Parts: sequence; structure tokens; C-alpha cells
Amino acid sequence: MEAYELTAHELAKALAGKELSAVEAVENQLARIEAVEGRVEAYLRLTPDLALAQAQAVDEARARGEALGPLAGVPYAAKDVLCTNGVATTCGSKILERFVPPYDATVVANCRAAGMPILGKTNMDEFAMGSSTENSAFKITRNPWDPDRIPGGSSGGSAAAVAANEAFLALGSDTGGSIRQPASVCGCVGLKPTYGRVSRYGLIAYASSLDQIGPLTKDVRDCALFQQVLSAHDPLDSTSSADHPAPDYASLLTGEVRGLRAGVVKELMGEGIEPGVQECVRQAVSTLEGLGVTCEEVELPHCEYALPVYYIIAPAECSSNLARFDGVRYGHRTEQPVTDFEDMFAKTRAEGFGPEVRLRIIKGTYVLSKGYYDAYYLKALKVRNLIRRDFDRAFERFDILLSPTSPTVAFRIGERVDDPLAMKLADICTIPINLAGIPALSVPCGFSEGLPVGLQIMGKPFDEATLLQVGYAYEQQAGWAGRKANL
Amino acid sequence: MEQATRDDVAHVAELAHLALSEEEIARLQRELNRILEHFAELQKLNTDDVEPMSHAVPMVNVFREDAARPSLPIDAVVGNAPDRADEFFRVPRIVEG
Repeated sequence: MEAYELTAHELAKALAGKELSAVEAVENQLARIEAVEGRVEAYLRLTPDLALAQAQAVDEARARGEALGPLAGVPYAAKDVLCTNGVATTCGSKILERFVPPYDATVVANCRAAGMPILGKTNMDEFAMGSSTENSAFKITRNPWDPDRIPGGSSGGSAAAVAANEAFLALGSDTGGSIRQPASVCGCVGLKPTYGRVSRYGLIAYASSLDQIGPLTKDVRDCALFQQVLSAHDPLDSTSSADHPAPDYASLLTGEVRGLRAGVVKELMGEGIEPGVQECVRQAVSTLEGLGVTCEEVELPHCEYALPVYYIIAPAECSSNLARFDGVRYGHRTEQPVTDFEDMFAKTRAEGFGPEVRLRIIKGTYVLSKGYYDAYYLKALKVRNLIRRDFDRAFERFDILLSPTSPTVAFRIGERVDDPLAMKLADICTIPINLAGIPALSVPCGFSEGLPVGLQIMGKPFDEATLLQVGYAYEQQAGWAGRKANL
Repeated sequence: MEQATRDDVAHVAELAHLALSEEEIARLQRELNRILEHFAELQKLNTDDVEPMSHAVPMVNVFREDAARPSLPIDAVVGNAPDRADEFFRVPRIVEG
């Protein structure tokens, strides 16, 4: 067995037992990337020298007998939406093609402090806007299970890297499903933590009331260990919570879930969900019942409005966030002749942003503009509250809620490019969670048409521990984690 | 529900500082109207007594200590600019004269 086939916790154990060095682990991982990356295209850029230097430092610290964190020496990949000091960060966009951040995102700094070597930056939909990674300005990433299919998005590069054994762990970001949906269609584990659980300092913002950073991993134990590294209050992000210290997630994974109450979301188990996906999720529900979880149906009546609410709020926030890209302080500037600085902004932005980003800026500016604010934006904020109340009510009766993560298995590359509404339906099960601000975990729950299906486990605010516990118990019982794409 | 006109889109593009071709304005108008139709569903809901929700987690007045910290390295920051002069960003002339 090659080192790259191990899970992160298995590798960590091998490193601690000095069965191999961190440098050897990184070398083995880089060789794997070299062998398969041409068929996957998960990465926008690799940082082998940095990874080897960080691994070397871990090996030296271990030789000196220093105390090391549980993931020391385990290499990871970061979505290109996260700032990396001295390493180009493009957010999948031409407008940031030459941007080299002078600082690390807090999560990247946390990984560095935990002794985790960084392998590189992964491909993504431009500014995290999309569900297939086809909106990247640079390349198409392929699903390791079927090269003709999308890896999901917008964290498609991160999910494909983990699924293809091109990274032990990866960081993603999730505004409407961008960690969970790619995790689901690539057959890995993905966690969207509670809004406020993880610092977003150094995350290039898309929609600030929805964005969260989280892990994509090979199994649930890895997810617990990685989430531990990410969970911390950060004075540099005023939205990161200081009131909910993270428990020791991995030590809570006992497999014991007897007596928990689960609600199966009725609105997400019918029309619009492929039969093969429904079948896998039903099987997962009976597996959980077999483990002693009480499962019954629950209604979230305002769920059906989540899509229009999201497609008002997210573009509105993006039109404001993306105003900073003006060709002055960083990124692309037009080379066309300009009449004044406003003309320079307008030409720079039209050249630098891709078609989907331009569309969302236009939509967002429109719904915020005079005469439309009340009818669209304010209305959406009110309906968002109704959606959250549905969840509040459900969590009075249930500890967790269950649904599919993605309504379909991975679709074909190019299939939905010209059908924006079909593309948006990819996030129908995941968007309500971002609107409510709660955490949700996607775990593999079987295969339909030979392609991975994900089970979404939703929880109360700041109760990631219960999600991980349920995901772990399910994974141990169902045994899907061992199935890997054949590359 | 109202439809967005060509001039609406051109106006919004100006507000958003996007220099667009007529062809692109037509595409965006088409896409915008498609989604506006979809937004009309929300009008079915009575929200008279519902507070707007702008944040998922209630937080008020988050302060940190007002302490001096080292700034980012100025050369690396300004080095990202498409055009610079010493420690400054260089832009087209803003004020005449």
C-alpha cells in the first residue's frame, strides 16, 4: 500500500510511529499528483518546495522530541479562495491572475502552526460562484469517478484532489453548498461549519452573511481532526464566535448514537431528487435506525423558497464585496486607452470578471437599486427569517435533520452550462442550511449509476460534534469510506 | 412582475462599473428577466409581521483591543498594484489642472 492511500489519521499514526518521515509522505503525495493530475486537473498551482520545507521542519521537530499536533506532517490542499502568503491566489479569476497575498488566511496560518505542509491551491468556480467548477477562468476539473463528469463546485478542485488521493485533506468554502455538494458527488466527506465557527480572515469574500470555510476529507475521523485545527475565535474576524469553544471532536467519536432523534426532511426527499439518490438516502436512514436513532419525517414548509431567497441575497452581497476589484491596488488593470479613472474601473472589471460573475454583479446591483430594494432584497431577508424559523422549530423536536446532499449524482461536463436554472438546482438541498447559518455534514452513502451519493446531516448551531458523531457511526456501519475512484 | 429593460441593465452596469457591449447587455437582460420571474414566487408569501434577517448568528458590538500591531509589509502590498510609484498606487489623473 502506498502512503497516499492512507487516511490523514492513518498517516499521522505512521508518522508518529516513525514508520516514515513527513518528507517521505510529501514526496509520495507529490509522486501521486504527478501520476494522475493530468487526468483530474484538481490544482491551479502546486507548492512542492514549500511542502517539502514544512515537512522537513516537522521531521526535525519530531527528532528533537517536541510535542506535535495530531496532524503534524499531514499534507493538505487549499482552495484558491484562501490567501496564502507569498503564493499566488486567484480565486479562479483573471482579475486576480497576478495577485500574491502578503499574508496568510487565518485557517492557512492555523494549518501552518499545526505543522501541515501545503501541497498547492485547488481549482474552483470563479469567486466561488457555481456548482460544477466549470466557471473557473483557468481549467476544467474532472470527477475522479468519471472523467466526463463535473466534480461539483465551487470547491470542485478540493473535492477531486481528496477523491483522487492527490491530497489527504483539503480546505473549501461553502456559501450555498460549495463544500458539501462537491464532497457528495466526489464521494468524500465535507463539513460546512456553523456560521461563526471558523475565522474567515483571508477568505476572498463572495456573500459575507453566508460564507463559511470548512474541511473536505477521506473519512469522518479526518474531518473531526481537521475541523479541530480550524475552529477558533479570531480577533481578525469579528463574525467568528468567541462564545462557543470547540470540544475535542475526535475524542467524542465513540460510534454511540442510540437515542438520538432525526428528522428526515420531507421537502428534500421527493420531486427533484433522483430516484437513485432517494434510494441511497432511505437506506442510510434505515442504517441509522438500526444503530438506535429514531427517524421520522419533518416538514420545512419554507424550504421551497430557499432558491429565490439565495439568488437575491448572494448576488446582492457579491455586488458589494466585488466592488473592491478596481485595478488599483491588486489584480488586472485594462490596457485599453481610458478617458478617466471611472472608465478605467469599468473596462478593467468587464475584462477581468467572467460571464457568471458579471451576471451576479448585475443581478445584485439590480435588486439593491432604487425602486427594487423593498420588493426583492428586503422581501428575501424576511423570507430568510421564515426559513430559519422552520429549522428552529424542527430542532425543538430533533437533534439532527437528514436529506440528500445533492439531488443528483455528478452530471456531465457541459450538460448544464446553458441551462442556469438546472445548474442552480444542484444546490437545492444545501442552500437552506447557509440561509439558516447552521452546520451540515455530507458523508458518502452509496452509489447510483456507479457514482457517489452523499447523505446530508444537519445540526443545531455550533453542534458540529453531534454531526461528526452521527457521520462516524454511520460510516463505520455502512463501510463506504474504503471505496475509492479507480484512476 | 416587472421586466428589466435594456436601459435598466445599462444603468445598473454603470452603477456597478462594468463597461459592457450591447451584446453582453442583451445577454444579461435575458438572464436577469429569467431570474426575476423566479423571484416572483416570494410575493405569494405574507411577510408583514416578519423581521428581516441580515445575519445568521446574533452578534452585537464585537470589539477587540485597540492595540497597535505591525502593518503588512508595505512593499509586498504595493507590489501587487498594476502600477506603483514608490510606496503609492499610481492611477489615471483624477483632478484636472
